[in-house]
Amino acid sequence: MSTDASMSATISCDVLVVGGGAAGLSAAAAAADRGASVVVVERDHELGGILNQCIHNGFGLHRFGEELTGPEFAARDVARVEAAPQVEVLLDTTVLSIGEGRAGRHDACVVGAACGLAHVDCGAVVLACGCRERTRGQINIAGGRPAGVLTAGTAQRLCNCDGAMAGREVVILGSGDIGLIMARRMTWEGAHVICVCELAAEPGGLRRNIVQCLEDNGIPLHLSTTVTQVFGGTRLTAVELADVDPATMRPIPGTERRVECDTLLLSVGLIPENSVAKTAGVRIDRATSGPAVDQSLATSVPGIFVAGNELHVHDLADYVSEEGEQAGANAADHALRLAAGVAPSAEKGVEFEVCRGDGVGSVTPQRLDPTCGEAVVRLRTRERMADAQIAIRCGDTPIRRVRRRVVVPSEMQTIRLTSDDLAKVDGPVTVSCGPAPAKAAPKGGASE
Amino acid sequence: MSDAQVLSLTCVQCPMGCLLEVTLADGEVVSVTGNTCPRGRVYGEHEATHPERVVTSLVVVAGDYHPVSVKTAAPVPRELVADVLAAIRATVVRPPVTAGDVVVADVCGTGVNVVATKSHD
Repeated sequence: MSTDASMSATISCDVLVVGGGAAGLSAAAAAADRGASVVVVERDHELGGILNQCIHNGFGLHRFGEELTGPEFAARDVARVEAAPQVEVLLDTTVLSIGEGRAGRHDACVVGAACGLAHVDCGAVVLACGCRERTRGQINIAGGRPAGVLTAGTAQRLCNCDGAMAGREVVILGSGDIGLIMARRMTWEGAHVICVCELAAEPGGLRRNIVQCLEDNGIPLHLSTTVTQVFGGTRLTAVELADVDPATMRPIPGTERRVECDTLLLSVGLIPENSVAKTAGVRIDRATSGPAVDQSLATSVPGIFVAGNELHVHDLADYVSEEGEQAGANAADHALRLAAGVAPSAEKGVEFEVCRGDGVGSVTPQRLDPTCGEAVVRLRTRERMADAQIAIRCGDTPIRRVRRRVVVPSEMQTIRLTSDDLAKVDGPVTVSCGPAPAKAAPKGGASE
Repeated sequence: MSDAQVLSLTCVQCPMGCLLEVTLADGEVVSVTGNTCPRGRVYGEHEATHPERVVTSLVVVAGDYHPVSVKTAAPVPRELVADVLAAIRATVVRPPVTAGDVVVADVCGTGVNVVATKSHD
């Protein structure tokens, strides 16, 4: 867009972090530790992101050795950022677009309560926008538009941050962890959760949540069931459920039945929040819906990095923080080299594509540079499998094989490749998952 | 006269979700089967005799519609979860609240405090 310097202020810094949630906070702290000046742009009125509404416990077991609630986990990183003098935080501020700046830098157009319409001129960017929820419109539930149909995350925010109950007689569609957590939350705060319905033949969330959210509270779980229609004028009065044919994943005609309720919560998938990434021309991976990256978390646009749920929807906040630290440190290094006049193209080696093989639904990074240190490979398998082996190959050469007692799609797998592993890469790499070959020795629980 | 009981439980320690069978006599664990690792046995013993849960909830703050999130500082007996939630619901805190502040001391006689998990000015 055209800019008239006198009409909007420009803020200059080394690293712009878009998003002040788990990934953004870690990125900002890591970039500051590397000596960079940092601006964090956060659209909400406070830092912390989605952690602020996740008041249940279970966070931080790997990172802190304790089970914290979401707000407690966030508070630790917020404290680090607030204590760092080189980090400026802009709250109630949104990034509208990111474009090219002068001399290899980036120019972000932002709008916010304090700064009005402004520009941030930076050497590098860390995208940490998190993800958004799939909505009713995207899954085509028929019926009018009565109040009472909302995503599980919206109901969570209303309840846990605003002290408001979305409804009292609740049906939940989707047995992923968010749906299960909200089944317990609504029950514990006084609502009646009638049932949780799940399209697939197996529940999507962790066993621990099935037990502690559904079984503890006597909430029935209906597998291979979906919601086909909603009823009500101004307010929801009932939903129509139907059995689903596992072979086609479509509702079976004749199995429809009505369930009276005043609230339908949808927990039907998370999608990386990639709108700002697209304004910057960053290439998006269809499998993750997030930007495609190399092992340094660099996107296809030099100087733009990404971490957290925007890159790849995670299930452990601990890994989001780890990713944020990595992206923040690399963004700082990029920005400081740029400021010192080192040409960015000088350090880029040859990169090879990482392909998804059998049994793998999504994987990051999507590119590997064999000369560039280590690589943290994170993937989700397509289905539940016991006695599995995850194999990373370059052509016929095995790079790394790991056995797992069990893999499930709802738990992201992490494999850390060393520079010795990467030295064997001289072509495209395939990551696959299949049954582990029989072992002669007693079965062990080999894990990273 | 010993009173034998067999409980079926799903272990939640890892995604295996092993189906455990815990045999009790006079309320004491006699055996755990179905686990494929030692953690499963420990979980089965504990869950069959003294199932416990950490309770997380919200407490009203006087003069504000935004609640403060709270948790029990340690797990409480599962059979008392409803009573603990009722005790929390009956509580109103006065601001300012700092994360870690005790909101309900020794909730329902469990010896466990309910503490704030975020700060509220």
